[in-house]
Amino acid sequence: MGTTEGPTYDVLIVGGGGAGLRAAIAVYESDPSLTIAVVSKVYPMRSHTVSAEGGAAAVIKPDDSLEDHAYDTISGADWMCDQDAVEAFVNEAPKEMLQLEHWGCPWSREEDGSVAVRPFGGMKIQRTWYAADKTGFHMLHTLFQTSLKYDPIERFDEWFVTRLLVEDGRCQGVVALEVATGRIQPIFAKSVILSTGGCGKIFPFTTNANIKNGDGMALAYRAGIPLKDMEFIQYHPTGLPFTGILITEASRAEGGILVNKDGYRYLQDYDLGTPQPQPVLRSMELGPRDRLSQAFVKEQEKGRTLEGEYGHYVHLDIRHLGEKVINSKIPFVRELCLKYENIDPVKEMIPVRPVIHYVMGGVHTDINAATPMNGLFAAGEVACVSINGANRLGSNSLTELLVFGARAGRAAAAFSKEQGGISSGIEAQVLDEEHRLKALLSSDGTEKIADIRDGMHKAMEEGAGIYRSQDSLEQSRNQIRELQDRYRNVAVQDSSLTFNTELTSVLELGYMLDVAETTIQAALQRTESRGSHQRTDHPDRDDENFLNHSLAYRQEDGSPRIDYLPVTITKWPPGDRVYGK
Amino acid sequence: MASTITLEVYRYRPEEESEPVFQSYEVPLRSDWVILDALNHVKDQEDGTLSYRWSCRMGVCGSCGMMVNGKPVLTCAAFLESYAPDPIRIEPLQHFPVVRDLVTDVDDFLGKLKSVKPWIVRDEEKPVEEGEYIQTPEELADFKQYSMCINCMLCYAACPVYGLEPDFTGPAAIAIAQRYNFDNRDQGNDDRMDVLSHDDGIWSCTLVGECSEVCPKDVDPAGAIQRYKLAGAASWWKSVLLPWQNR
Repeated sequence: MGTTEGPTYDVLIVGGGGAGLRAAIAVYESDPSLTIAVVSKVYPMRSHTVSAEGGAAAVIKPDDSLEDHAYDTISGADWMCDQDAVEAFVNEAPKEMLQLEHWGCPWSREEDGSVAVRPFGGMKIQRTWYAADKTGFHMLHTLFQTSLKYDPIERFDEWFVTRLLVEDGRCQGVVALEVATGRIQPIFAKSVILSTGGCGKIFPFTTNANIKNGDGMALAYRAGIPLKDMEFIQYHPTGLPFTGILITEASRAEGGILVNKDGYRYLQDYDLGTPQPQPVLRSMELGPRDRLSQAFVKEQEKGRTLEGEYGHYVHLDIRHLGEKVINSKIPFVRELCLKYENIDPVKEMIPVRPVIHYVMGGVHTDINAATPMNGLFAAGEVACVSINGANRLGSNSLTELLVFGARAGRAAAAFSKEQGGISSGIEAQVLDEEHRLKALLSSDGTEKIADIRDGMHKAMEEGAGIYRSQDSLEQSRNQIRELQDRYRNVAVQDSSLTFNTELTSVLELGYMLDVAETTIQAALQRTESRGSHQRTDHPDRDDENFLNHSLAYRQEDGSPRIDYLPVTITKWPPGDRVYGK
Repeated sequence: MASTITLEVYRYRPEEESEPVFQSYEVPLRSDWVILDALNHVKDQEDGTLSYRWSCRMGVCGSCGMMVNGKPVLTCAAFLESYAPDPIRIEPLQHFPVVRDLVTDVDDFLGKLKSVKPWIVRDEEKPVEEGEYIQTPEELADFKQYSMCINCMLCYAACPVYGLEPDFTGPAAIAIAQRYNFDNRDQGNDDRMDVLSHDDGIWSCTLVGECSEVCPKDVDPAGAIQRYKLAGAASWWKSVLLPWQNR
């Protein structure tokens, strides 16, 4: 089932979602003679970019400015992002979005045929491009279909990466498992880009797809690269109970309101402004996601939420928008409610509750998507540049895929051109990895995958959710450590080589446990509250001690050690986050 | 109502079985569970060896299409209750080779997708610095429906022509070709004509319309094919009879 022989590429990209595909095309644009491989555990059009709904931000209208986009992003992030990265991001966003328009993305339009924009949470000017409410879907399919025209982009569809190959201080490829056949082999490369997305599945209730297991984060972490700002995890305020299906922020941007069990627009009690009949930018329902999710918890504590089979919830009311607006601007919201919740939002209110949506943290990179390891780059949700800081603004992540995907592609292409061959001696690592995987397949472990996963979910939700404390986090840490021990005795019933999804589930569970530990440890040591990280025992922001990124390094015993790196401030000194004024 | 329901699941592991078999699993009949939830229950609690694809569980990634009681559906959008109380028969999408259990080999579709040049083709690219191409809401509406295809391949499983003639380009790929043909930014109609007007292109379609029936996104591939036959045929004949006018 294995071999130490494998092909060599100039640039290898792990992950075929928005960031990975944009990176692949950028490598080609840099130099069409370079060889490119995209390795993905799913067919690229299945990638989780597909689920993004609301839109992608970029300054294009005359009443907008790069300065405003930067300020909204930085204040939304509670000053935790690097401002040089944000400036680069807002500068390059319009060009990248236009490029996607030229590649055929079906952006929604104004009457005059120009690209339309809509409001979004935390943004003071309308700057969110959208393709109805399937923006991520259209962006992904546009990128995927466009990528098909570039012959040098070779794909390894449904190949699962299990390890990075590092020799002589340089990342030189990966070991991967061909899921269909069980074949294990190295794929060598002069540079590697990680673009595997986030890790929402470390929590039980999430908008994230089943494939979001922090693969790339764990691969990098195990190779000695730090994960940055992992304590910052975003709850989206409006998910459907049970399924966790996202009801896009665009539903509030178009005028939807949040009401408690008494029909009261409760956000007015949480320093988010006063209710108006029309949506007001940076106010009420268009406040940032962290503040809205926190308001939900407070409202629950006051006993003013509703209670259902899957916990507490409030109502999102879009009935007043009318059928026509709903069908034209947010048709997917209606489709999802009808198909999955059996309610028609034209006539009924939508039950919603906060749901894990996005991880601001990720593999530590610089502004060019380079990690501290030679030859290794990262872009998209897997990476932390950081432009998202302590709380990402809605509609920045899709744009981030393009801007930093392209940056990663260009940087990796330039790096690869300077490199010689693959180091000799690297085969030993391939053999090691093959032995590890074979041992898993023939393991006589007794612990059920689902039990360990459930334990992890419980530990994360109870200890590292919207509000955290030293006690809750310490308890979670102990639970995860115990689960790590149990994981070493995990049972694999399926010994087949053909499309063995139990094997890939075990590997994913291993990734998630490692990533979960970094989140907990970073959260434990950040004794302040900022953005999405709220400590009940340290309720205030502490710029003096914590205007720093956390960096989680893996230690010999597998546990994380946290280090810190100052946040880069260029023009915008830390200030108060003011909404609703 | 019974509190459980039986799934009869197609099993095929090429290393162990020379022929497919059906295996029954009894699962809780919960009102909010779709078939995919029940399969996940089996995988997690009863039988870790069952293989199938899934990801988003919200009908947009296109991974979890299967034959359910003989019909191609997205299993994330098929509630158990709508099949109760009878057993539910779950098989891999028909017309595709089976890799294992409920997993099919879909590379044939990917080849066909690429063959229709599903990207914007232009004689001259406008520099990005000059801004967007103008496209009115009406121009967008002209192709938008065809751009909604999630590549779930239910239409191929439903298409009797594809079942008999595997070389047929097929509903989704033709719909996606039309998505670009009708996009006012695109100038690639002639490039795509070679594939679409080929014997295995649109002319294979006998307008059964099953593809549009099963499409979970109302893409209406049958309509896209019909539209090509009507509009495309004229220019195709023109190109054959008067080649110097088109090329």
